[in-house]
Amino acid sequence: MKRNFAYSPPGGGRHAPRGPREKITMKSVKTLGRVLGMLFKEYWFLLLIVGITTVLSSLANTRGSMFLKELVDDYIEPMIGNASAEGYARLLRAILYMGLIYLVGVASTFLHNWLMISVGQGMLRKVRARVFNKLQTLPVKYFDQHGYGNIMSLFTNDVSTLRQLISQSIPQLVTSIVTIVIVFTNMLRLSGWLTLVVCFFIALMFIFTALLGGKSGRYYIKQQASLGELNGYIEETINGQKVVKVFCHEDKAKADFDEKNQELRRNATRANTFANVVMPLMNNLGNIQYVVLAVIGGALAVSGVGGMTIGTIIAFLQLSRNFSMPVSQVSEQVNHIVLAMAGADRLFQVIDETPEDDEGTIDLVNIKKDTGDEFVECEEHTGAWAWKIPDGNGGFTYKRLLGDVILTDVDFSYVEGKQVLFDVTVDAERGEKVAFVGATGAGKTTITNLINRFYDIQDGTITYDGIDIKAIKKSALRRSLGIVLQDVNLFTGTVRDNIRYGRLDATDEEIVAAAKLANAHGFIEMLPEGYDTVLEGDGSGLSQGQRQLIAIARAAVADPPVMILDEATSSIDTRTETIVQRGMDQLMHGRTVFVIAHRLSTVMNSDLIMVLDHGHIVEQGNHDQLIEQQGIYYRLYTGAFQLD
Amino acid sequence: MKPRNQGPKLCILFACLIVAAALIFCWIKFAFRPFTALFSGISAGAQLGNIIFVVVIAVIAVLAIVIAIRSCRRYNERTGSESILGSTMIGRLASSFREYKKYVYLTPLCVILESIMDTLIPLLTGILIDQGIKNMDMPFIIRIGLVLLGCAVVSLGLGMLTGVFSARCSAGYAANLRHDLFYKAQTYSFANIDKFSTGSIVTRLTTDVGNVQMAFMAAIRVAVRCPVMLILALMMSFSINAELSYVFLGAIPILGVGLFIIMKYSRPVFRKVFKMFDRLNTTVQENVRGVRVVKSFVRQDYEKEKFGKNVDDIFYGFRKAERILAFNRPLMQFCMYGSKLLVCWLGAQLIIESGQTAMSTGQLSALLTYTLQILMSLMMLSQIFVMLTMSRASMDRVDEMLLEEPTITDPEDPVTEVRDGSVSFKDVVFAYSKHGDKPVLDHVNIDIKSGETIGIIGGTGSSKSSLVSLIPRLYDVIGGSVEVGGVDVRDYDIESLRGAVAMVLQKNELFSGTIRENLLWGNPDATDEEIRHCCHIADADRFILERPDGYDTFIEQSGTNVSGGQKQRICIARALLKKPKILILDDSTSAVDTETDAKIRAGLKNYMPETTKFIIAQRISSVQDSDRIIVLDEGRVTAFGTHDELMKSSDIYREVYWSQQKGGERLEA
Repeated sequence: MKRNFAYSPPGGGRHAPRGPREKITMKSVKTLGRVLGMLFKEYWFLLLIVGITTVLSSLANTRGSMFLKELVDDYIEPMIGNASAEGYARLLRAILYMGLIYLVGVASTFLHNWLMISVGQGMLRKVRARVFNKLQTLPVKYFDQHGYGNIMSLFTNDVSTLRQLISQSIPQLVTSIVTIVIVFTNMLRLSGWLTLVVCFFIALMFIFTALLGGKSGRYYIKQQASLGELNGYIEETINGQKVVKVFCHEDKAKADFDEKNQELRRNATRANTFANVVMPLMNNLGNIQYVVLAVIGGALAVSGVGGMTIGTIIAFLQLSRNFSMPVSQVSEQVNHIVLAMAGADRLFQVIDETPEDDEGTIDLVNIKKDTGDEFVECEEHTGAWAWKIPDGNGGFTYKRLLGDVILTDVDFSYVEGKQVLFDVTVDAERGEKVAFVGATGAGKTTITNLINRFYDIQDGTITYDGIDIKAIKKSALRRSLGIVLQDVNLFTGTVRDNIRYGRLDATDEEIVAAAKLANAHGFIEMLPEGYDTVLEGDGSGLSQGQRQLIAIARAAVADPPVMILDEATSSIDTRTETIVQRGMDQLMHGRTVFVIAHRLSTVMNSDLIMVLDHGHIVEQGNHDQLIEQQGIYYRLYTGAFQLD
Repeated sequence: MKPRNQGPKLCILFACLIVAAALIFCWIKFAFRPFTALFSGISAGAQLGNIIFVVVIAVIAVLAIVIAIRSCRRYNERTGSESILGSTMIGRLASSFREYKKYVYLTPLCVILESIMDTLIPLLTGILIDQGIKNMDMPFIIRIGLVLLGCAVVSLGLGMLTGVFSARCSAGYAANLRHDLFYKAQTYSFANIDKFSTGSIVTRLTTDVGNVQMAFMAAIRVAVRCPVMLILALMMSFSINAELSYVFLGAIPILGVGLFIIMKYSRPVFRKVFKMFDRLNTTVQENVRGVRVVKSFVRQDYEKEKFGKNVDDIFYGFRKAERILAFNRPLMQFCMYGSKLLVCWLGAQLIIESGQTAMSTGQLSALLTYTLQILMSLMMLSQIFVMLTMSRASMDRVDEMLLEEPTITDPEDPVTEVRDGSVSFKDVVFAYSKHGDKPVLDHVNIDIKSGETIGIIGGTGSSKSSLVSLIPRLYDVIGGSVEVGGVDVRDYDIESLRGAVAMVLQKNELFSGTIRENLLWGNPDATDEEIRHCCHIADADRFILERPDGYDTFIEQSGTNVSGGQKQRICIARALLKKPKILILDDSTSAVDTETDAKIRAGLKNYMPETTKFIIAQRISSVQDSDRIIVLDEGRVTAFGTHDELMKSSDIYREVYWSQQKGGERLEA
C-alpha cells in the first residue's frame, strides 16, 4: 500500500513527542514574527483586504445585536398602541438598512474566505517548495544527521500545523479579537456598570481555560509519548511479524502490546476529558453571566441608575451572548499558535541550513570531432568529454577528460576526533580498474564518498586529470562519475523511467540496450507490462537481485567516463554476475572503474587492488603481485583470514 | 458492480417521515395553542407539561433514528448489500465497544438532556425579559434567574459528564479496536501478511484507527446533538409563535440544498487532493531515501521539478476544493441574517398589532436565539457528514483487516509431537496466489532422512526460499504434501511444528532490546550456559564479548548498531536456542566471510548431529560438504546428490562451481 505516509508517517510518532510542551518563549515570538513577515511580504495587498473584510464582517455581526435594541426602543415600543403607516415605513426602512449592512457582512465574509484560501495555500506551496528545494542543496551529511523520519515529518506534521496556523488559527484569532473589541466598545457605550460585570466573567473564563488547558496539555504530552511508544512497538513487531511467527512469539507480543495500549488509553482519556470539559464550561459560564446581567440590569433599571432602559438590557444581553465564544477561542488559538511555532521553527531550521558549498568553476561538457578532426563542445551525448575551464577573463579553455583520479595522503573523519582514513594514496590511471578490499568499516565506501565529494577531505588532495576536484563544479564532478550502490533506491514510476533516470535524454533503444548489458532485459520482459510496469514502494515487487540489475542498467545508460561500483552485485548470483561483469567490462573499456566488493571473484581481474585495514592502505598491486606478497590478500584468498 | 442499493434511501425516507410526523403533531398542538398560556402567566403545571412534551418528542425522534438504522441494517443483511448507514461493517466495528458499551449509550443520553437544557435556557431568558424586565418585577427576575441558574448548573453538569463519558468511550474504543486488529494480525499467516504488506498493516493500526476514533467521537457527540437541537429549537420556536416559525421552514431547505450542493461538489475534489498528498509524500520519501542516487546522478533539478508539480497539483486542487467550501459560511450567514430580519419585521408587526399579546419583545429575542441554534445545528450536521464520509476509507481498511481470515489454522485433533527431523516433499506444487499463473514449485519430490545436512543452490528466483518455507508450514501447498517426521505438516499443532523447526529467514529482524533478550526469543528459559554455547556455535560469542556490555548490549530498532554479519550470527544463535529437530538457514551467512561460514557449519555438524540442516547459499563452498545438495532451477529440482555426483551430472551446478572457482573461493578452511 502506498498510503503509508498519507498524513502522518506511522513512525512519525516515534521522533520526540510533539506536544504543547512548548511555552511562549522569545524564540516562538520571533518565529511567529518571521511567519507573519513572510506572509506580509508576499501577500500584503491581499492581507490588507482580508483585514478590512474581517473588521467589516465583525462590525456587521455586532451591529445586528445592537439592532434589536433600536428595534424595540425606537420602533416597536413607541408604536404599541399608536401604529401608523409612517411608523411602519420607518420600521421597514430600518430593517432594509440593516439588511444592507448584513449584505456587506456576508460579502465580506465571502471575500475574506476566498482570499484567505489563496494566501494560505499559496504560502504552503511556497514553504513546501522552499524546504524541498533547500533539501536538494544540502550535503549528504545533513541526511546522515537528521533521520529519514524527521525529514518526512517536516512535510507531513510540520507543514500541516503551519497550514492550521495560517488558514485557521491566525484568522480566527484576529476575528475573535476584533469581535471582542467591537463588542466591548458597544457594551461600554450601552452600560459601564454591566460591562464591569462582564469583565469579571471574562477573567473567570480566562482562568478556567488556562487551568483546564494546562491540565489537558500535560496529559496531551503524555498521550503523544505513549502513542509514539505504541506506534513504535506496532511498527517494529509488524515489520518483524514473520520472525514472530517463526518463533511462535505471538502471545508475548500480545501481552507487551496490551500493556502499551492500555497506557495510551489511560492518557488519552485524561487528555480528552479535560479538553472536552472546556466547551460546556464556557457555554454555561456564559449562561450564568446572562442571568447575573439580567438581575443586575433589572435592579439598575428598577433603581433608575445609569439610565438603564429595557431596550438597553435586551441589547446588552444579546451582546453578552456574542462574547463567551470569542473569549474561549482566543485562549484556544493562542495554544494552537504556540504549538505551530515549534513546527514552523523546524521548517525554518531547514531553510536556514547552509547548503553544500560549491566553489568549483570547471564544468563538464560533451565533445565531438568536427570536420577538421578537432574536438568541439556539443549538446548531445557522444561518449567523449572535456573539462571546460574558465580562463579568468570570460573565455574558456578545454581539457580532454581522461579519467586519471589520484588521491594523495588523504585524511578524513566523519566526526571530529574519529579519523577513518589515514594517509590514503591511490593512483588510478585512465582505463584502469581499481578495487578496494577490506573489512566492514575499513573505509572502502568512504573513499568513493570522497571522490564524488559527498564529504570533503580534511587533509591531502584528490585530483581528477590533474585538476583539484574542489575546482570542479560538484554537479560536473558527479556527472562524470557513475555510481551503483549496494542499497538500491528506485523511484515510483515505470521501469523505463527508472532506467532513464541515469540519462534523461536516453532513447528507448538505449534503455533496452543498457538493460541487456545489465542482464536485466530478460526479467523486465517477463513483468506484466514489460518496461512500462509501474514500480511502487521502492520496487517492492522485485527481488533484491533484480533491483540491483535495474540500478546497474540505470548507471549503464548514463554511460559515464568513470564508474564506481560499491558492492553493486552483492545480491546477484555468481552466474548472473559473470554475465553482467562481462557487459560492464565492455562498456567501461578504456575508462576508469572503481570496484568495492566482498566477493574476491568480483575484484580479481582488477588492474589495481587496494587492501584497506582500519583506514590504512596495507597492500596494493594486482592479483598476482598480491598473491606473491603473501600478505593479507593472500590469506584472504586462501581463506586463512576473514573479513567482517 | 452491484445493482444500486435502494435500502438506505428507503430507511432515510422512513426516518424523515417519522420526524415530519412529529413536526406535524407539534404544529397541530400549537394550532390549538394550549401552551400560549405559559407566556401570559407563568404556571408551573404548564411549564412542566411543556418540558414533558419536549422530552416525549425528543425520545420519539431518537427512536425514529434507531429504528431507521436497525431496519437499514436488516435490509442490508437481507440483500447482502453494504451502505454506510447501519451497514454490517458498522456492526463489526461496533463489536469492539465491549466494556465501554455503557458509555456508548450514556454519552448520547447526556448529550440529549444537555441539548434540552440548552434549548430551555433561551425560552426562560425570553420569559425573564418579558415578565421580569418589562414589568421591572425584581422578585420575578430573581425567581426566574434562580431557575435559569439551576438550568445552567444542570447543563454544565451534563456537559461535563458528556465530556467524561465520551473521552472514556472513544479512548477505550480506540484501544479495543487496536487490540482487535493487533490480535488479528498475530493470527495471520505469511500469505495474509504478504497480501496486506507490513507497511499497510502498520498504517491500519495507527493512522486508520486514529481516524475512526475521531469520526466516532464526532458521531457520538455532534451527530446526536445536532438533530436533537434542530428539532427542539424548531419546536420551541413553534411554541413561541407558529406563524413566525414558518420563516425557518423556508430557510432550512435553502441552507440544506446549498450545503448539499457544496458537499457534492467539494467531496470528489477533496478525495483527489488526498491522493495527490500521497504522491507528494512518496516523492519526498523516495528523494530522501535515495539522496545519494539523486546527488550522484545530479538530478536535483529533475526532482525539484517533479516535486514542484506535486505541490502545484495540491495547490490548485486544494484551492478549488476550499473555494467551493468558501460558500459555506456566507450561505449560512445569508440564511441566518435573512431569517433574523424577516422575523424582526414580521415579529415587530405582530407585537405592535396585538399590543404585546400575541407576541412580546422577549419572545422575539428568544426566537432570534433559536434562529441561530437551528441554522447552526444544520451546518454542523453537514460538516459531520463530510467528516464521516472522509473517515469511510479508514473504516473500510480497518474492517478489511478484521474480516481477513487467517489462511493457516490449527487442524482438529492436531499432532503435538514431532517424531524426528525427516522431511519429505511428495509431489509438491506451490504458488503464492491460488489463481496464479505459473507455480513457483512444480511437482517436487524429495525424501530427507533425519540428521542429514542438505544444501540448496540455484539462481535468483529459483524458489529456494519457497521450498524451505513449506517445512514449518509458513505457506500451504497447492498440490501434494510436505511431511515432517512422517506426518503431514497440516496435521500438526502449528506451535509444536514451528517449535521443532527453526528457521533463520533471509530478511531477518532483531528487535530493540538487549542481545540476551533477543536470544531468549529462541527459548525463554535458556540458561546463560546454553546461550553462550549457542553463540559459540554461531561464532557470535567473540564479537558479543568484545562489546563493553557483552550480552546486555542494547540493540537499536531493526538492529542498526550491529553489522550485517553480526546480525546474521545473532539470528543463527537465536534459532539454535530452540534446540530444533530441523534447522533451516536461508542464505543466513551471506554477509559472513568464508572462514566463519565454515566454522559455523563445522559447529553445527559437531554439536547438533541429530538435527536435520537445510542450508541455502549462493556460495558453493557453503553447501559443498553437505550430505546432499538440491539444485533448483525455476521451481524444479534439476539435480539432487552429493557434490561429487553433481559435479558429474549437473550442468548448472558445474557452471556455478566454475564461476566461483575463478573467484578463488574454492578453498576450504
